[in-house]
Amino acid sequence: MGLLPYQRARWRAPATAALLATAVLGLLAGLLAFGGYDVRLAMQALARGAVGSPVIFASTTLVRATPLILTGLAVALAFRAGMLNIGADGQFLSGASAAIAVGLAFGRSLGAAAIPVVLAAGALSGALCALIPAWLRRQFGVLEVITTIMMNFVALYGVSYLVRGPLQEPSGVYPQSPALDASLRLPFVVPGTRLHAGFVIAVAMAVGTSWYLRSTAGGFRVRALGANPQAAAVAGRVRVARLGMRVFLASGALAGLAGAVEVTGVTLALYENLSPGYGFTAIAVALLGGLEPLGVILSGIFLGGLATGAAAMQREAGVPAALVSVLEAAVILGVVAGQSVLSRTPPAQAGAV
Amino acid sequence: MDQVTAFLEATVRTATPLAVAAIGECVSERAGVINVGLEGAIMAGCFGAVAGAATGGVVAGLAGGLIAGAVVGIVFAALVVGLRTDQIITGTAITLGAYGATGVLYRVAFGTGGVALTIPTLTSIAVPGLARLPVAGPALFTQHAITYALMVLVPVAWWWLYRTHAGLALRAVGEYPPAAVAAGVATDRYRWLGILAGSMLGGLAGATLVLTVGTFSEQMSAGRGFIAIAIVALGRWTPQGVGLAALLFGAAAALQYRLQALGVSVPYQLFLALPYVLTLVVLAGGVGRARAPGWLGRALEDTR
Repeated sequence: MGLLPYQRARWRAPATAALLATAVLGLLAGLLAFGGYDVRLAMQALARGAVGSPVIFASTTLVRATPLILTGLAVALAFRAGMLNIGADGQFLSGASAAIAVGLAFGRSLGAAAIPVVLAAGALSGALCALIPAWLRRQFGVLEVITTIMMNFVALYGVSYLVRGPLQEPSGVYPQSPALDASLRLPFVVPGTRLHAGFVIAVAMAVGTSWYLRSTAGGFRVRALGANPQAAAVAGRVRVARLGMRVFLASGALAGLAGAVEVTGVTLALYENLSPGYGFTAIAVALLGGLEPLGVILSGIFLGGLATGAAAMQREAGVPAALVSVLEAAVILGVVAGQSVLSRTPPAQAGAV
Repeated sequence: MDQVTAFLEATVRTATPLAVAAIGECVSERAGVINVGLEGAIMAGCFGAVAGAATGGVVAGLAGGLIAGAVVGIVFAALVVGLRTDQIITGTAITLGAYGATGVLYRVAFGTGGVALTIPTLTSIAVPGLARLPVAGPALFTQHAITYALMVLVPVAWWWLYRTHAGLALRAVGEYPPAAVAAGVATDRYRWLGILAGSMLGGLAGATLVLTVGTFSEQMSAGRGFIAIAIVALGRWTPQGVGLAALLFGAAAALQYRLQALGVSVPYQLFLALPYVLTLVVLAGGVGRARAPGWLGRALEDTR
């Protein structure tokens, strides 16, 4: 597939990411000046909103980074196996729906096991949402791009149905679910902030994925698959179709977990606009993180901070927060164009295992 | 108008921008390029149209939409064809960027005030005679100019793809480029052509939206670019199939509006989800065979 001619020399990924992050902030300043805004005021607002104080950093930036790290990890993992999961948005919603449904139905009767069960339900639901594209790809060679796009719509309408039907709050006025029982809320990990255990889960998943990819035989097969499926099948005796399907399901599970974490950690309820396009931002997170799970933690925090900072910028300096998606697009295009210019070799031979 | 006619009219009206964009995507995919940036091209078309129409009326609005679509297409093609970047990642970024850029540009150009800008809209034209046919007459022949243009565009696209040398070459590039190269086809040029045609039609679809509603709002393309990708798959990558598939997606939306207006309590979201489920079934080979162009989504061999 040639998805990742990303040069993963140890020093290069962090260096590239730091360079890109700096370039993004530079671009932002340039766009602000071009738009006639007060650059100083706007950038100060951005900094205050993202990293103004330890409490703000933990309560806004890290909370916002949590779903980005998990969905970014989902995208990065699929990428490493040579597949593109642009259905993270649908899997996120699917995971959130299952978590809410299970939490509302069984939350009180499960006692201490409730939170793990609810999170597992979310991950499972995300994997199920990825199952159809994965199966169609394996069975009929249907491009996962087309099918995941369709699953995104199905999930969107599914949530729209649930919050007006079976999962609607009792008064039947608002299109949202009732709130989960307080016992199902993920505990806060830093006193005095809204930083919940979901962030710890996200970091743990990233560390676990990193270890798996680097240090296990299974992880090696995944990387071999991504670098060159033919070689993996012939020389490595990798069962390409089955492994690809498993990785895609794992990717869906991570995105589903992101949805479950978001509803148990932040919103406590299901509603239609739960995801402000996490699935797209996840691609920027994965690429900025150099497709390395540990890099994804940092890029998730960076882009999370950018999003919360931009919200502050809109409030305080009147700069439209929509500017953030221009910057995310710039990150993605910068990475892919940069790779293409730097590595003038056919992609299949450029991916280092 | 009775219920059936009103439903059919709404079907055609809803399907028009979808079909315009999907025909463009169809041409692009036949050249082997899946344009996830189509959503971005539609959004750019919306902005181009509002900028054009605010200054020079409906015709300038349509021109603005086409130009904005072309700009997006040039950026996408320069990366995907010129630099051989991954189509899907690049397209996603283009869509993301267009969402942001149009939102910001609109605020910069037209202010942030709560009052929505209003612009002239496309007027419906009743075709003499045909509009008076029973049931389907008013639905098909009291539409605006873009719908009529579309009725011409579908057969022209079919003819061009299947009955001209250029169309054959374009399909060869999408199906098996090494053969096209061997036959002396300038593969890069056809991919550029497919992308530009697709993006400009995307821009036109955006302009149609704006010039029907008469105003602009952020993210008003509302996923139509992605719907168009589904429509192309359901239409099995032929213009005539795409036209019919667009009508089906339009019908699902129109039916949902009618049922809600009539106060029938059905879970209308299921109607909206139905075409996507159907597309998945078709892709799984449940209804006849549907096969994507062989080289769809893959970069051309690097000959630099």
